[in-house]
Amino acid sequence: MTAQMIQFWTDLTPFAWFGLKLAQVGAFVLILSVILAFLILMDRKVWAAVQMRRGPNVVGPFGLLQSFADLLKFVFKEIIIPSGSDKGLYILAPIITLVMAFLAWAVVPIAPGWVMSNINIGLLYVLAISSLGVYGIIIGGWASNSKYPFMGALRSAAQMISYEVSIGFILLTVIFLVGSMNLSDIVNAQAGGFWQWHMFMLDFSKPMSLILFPIMFFMGVMFFISALAETNRPPFDLPEAESELVAGFMVEYSSTPYLLFMFGEYLNMTLMCAMFTILFLGGWHAPIDFGWENPIIPPVLWFTLKCLFMFFMFAMVKAIVPRYRYDQLMRLGWKVFLPISIAAVIFVSSWVVFFGDKL
Amino acid sequence: MLVAISFYLLAAVAIAAAFMVVASKNPVHSVMYLILTFFSAAGLFILLGAEFLALLIVMVYVGAVAVLFLFVVMMLDVDFVEMKQGFLQYLPVGALVGVVLFIEMFLVGAAYFSGEPTTVVERDPNVSNLEAFGEVLYTEYAGMFEAAGLILLVALIGAVVLTLREREGVRKQNILEQNARTRATGVEHVDIEPGQGIG
Repeated sequence: MTAQMIQFWTDLTPFAWFGLKLAQVGAFVLILSVILAFLILMDRKVWAAVQMRRGPNVVGPFGLLQSFADLLKFVFKEIIIPSGSDKGLYILAPIITLVMAFLAWAVVPIAPGWVMSNINIGLLYVLAISSLGVYGIIIGGWASNSKYPFMGALRSAAQMISYEVSIGFILLTVIFLVGSMNLSDIVNAQAGGFWQWHMFMLDFSKPMSLILFPIMFFMGVMFFISALAETNRPPFDLPEAESELVAGFMVEYSSTPYLLFMFGEYLNMTLMCAMFTILFLGGWHAPIDFGWENPIIPPVLWFTLKCLFMFFMFAMVKAIVPRYRYDQLMRLGWKVFLPISIAAVIFVSSWVVFFGDKL
Repeated sequence: MLVAISFYLLAAVAIAAAFMVVASKNPVHSVMYLILTFFSAAGLFILLGAEFLALLIVMVYVGAVAVLFLFVVMMLDVDFVEMKQGFLQYLPVGALVGVVLFIEMFLVGAAYFSGEPTTVVERDPNVSNLEAFGEVLYTEYAGMFEAAGLILLVALIGAVVLTLREREGVRKQNILEQNARTRATGVEHVDIEPGQGIG
């Protein structure tokens, strides 16, 4: 099957290849958008359930069509552009956010072989693209030519750059263990059951790998917290802290541009969920491998379930944790996460040097 | 065919954006065009098969350096009229630098096309970019690599030393003290007589 697919793709003429790939990307974007519409609903429902409310329940059965109603409402409103703003950049900012959020999905493997572009430095690509997401926020805040958005943009940029550093080091531990930056390789290195996942390295047949369990578990937790800060989610949603900055960099935005910002933000969240699933929760592999040739539950379903679980965690954190103060956020990033992740990198790399080949 | 189209597109965008960096009136726009130039350069590297370098350019230059540029430029209070007035004053120096750069580029180009054909070492298709880099960087050029790291460290410490200043009478927060606060030390129960105030 896979060999046939590879043959099919190599036999194509360049222009046919280009066209087919374009169609593939279009379909993927469409599916992702529809899934995201329901994820946003799920976020609101979980949040409502924690606060003992009903959440959106009017549009469609159980409020399932709420996101689509919101979409229509956003699109049909008037786009208001502040008179003192930099018009070109003002419109460009939300587009950058959305495009960067979609772009990173190109290398995310959803099931064996189900990946848009299987490049061998996929992890670096994701890191590079997610470091570009900050531009949408800075430009949006600056182009609005208003005080609250500018403050929000500065906060957000500083926050995202700070946590990117520790995310990079956490990724390095995984890269050292796998020995590859290809996301499919990283997933395949965790095959065989949940005790092989990087989050729970409890394989008792390899006693030396047990030392890594507490470290990698902690790295997983730290990655989750850094992902919260990276996507500006509570408790780190200081760029849009409504009690201080109204809505941060999005104050002046309305209608479709606002929708693009919000959409991009949620898309970044799902990307972080997918990255966590791939790096620490074994991607598409089932928790217990029964050794079936064709599992009854397809791999893509396992991937989706794990991503959904991570998204549920994101939503729960939003519901139950109070917001950090800005100086506490910076202290946590630079004085706690960075030293710990560097120490973990040194430990894991020495483990690989001394015990890596004996397994 | 696709490669040729991509190359000319990326190269044209890179040159046009580089021109606009100089020509645009608003410094923030200049930085945006600079980012576009970096991006196109990264695209050219991908066409060359050097995907690791391309991503490094995106990560380091676009993701970090240009963000800092943007920060600084946004914070500046620039008077455009004043900037225009200095144009003629700096024109001779700028022209000189431009001429020197042009002569250098010309010489390099002339040497490349007229002299011995330079041999480019063929890349082994089985070795990925990343492995090739790592093998050279951490063995042959390990000393240079460490030295570059040290230079960066010196710059880092220098920046901290230059901006760090101790002032008298500033209330600083002690995080340990804050975290160690308990209900007993943080809350004081005061029984106030009616009409008295805390005093």
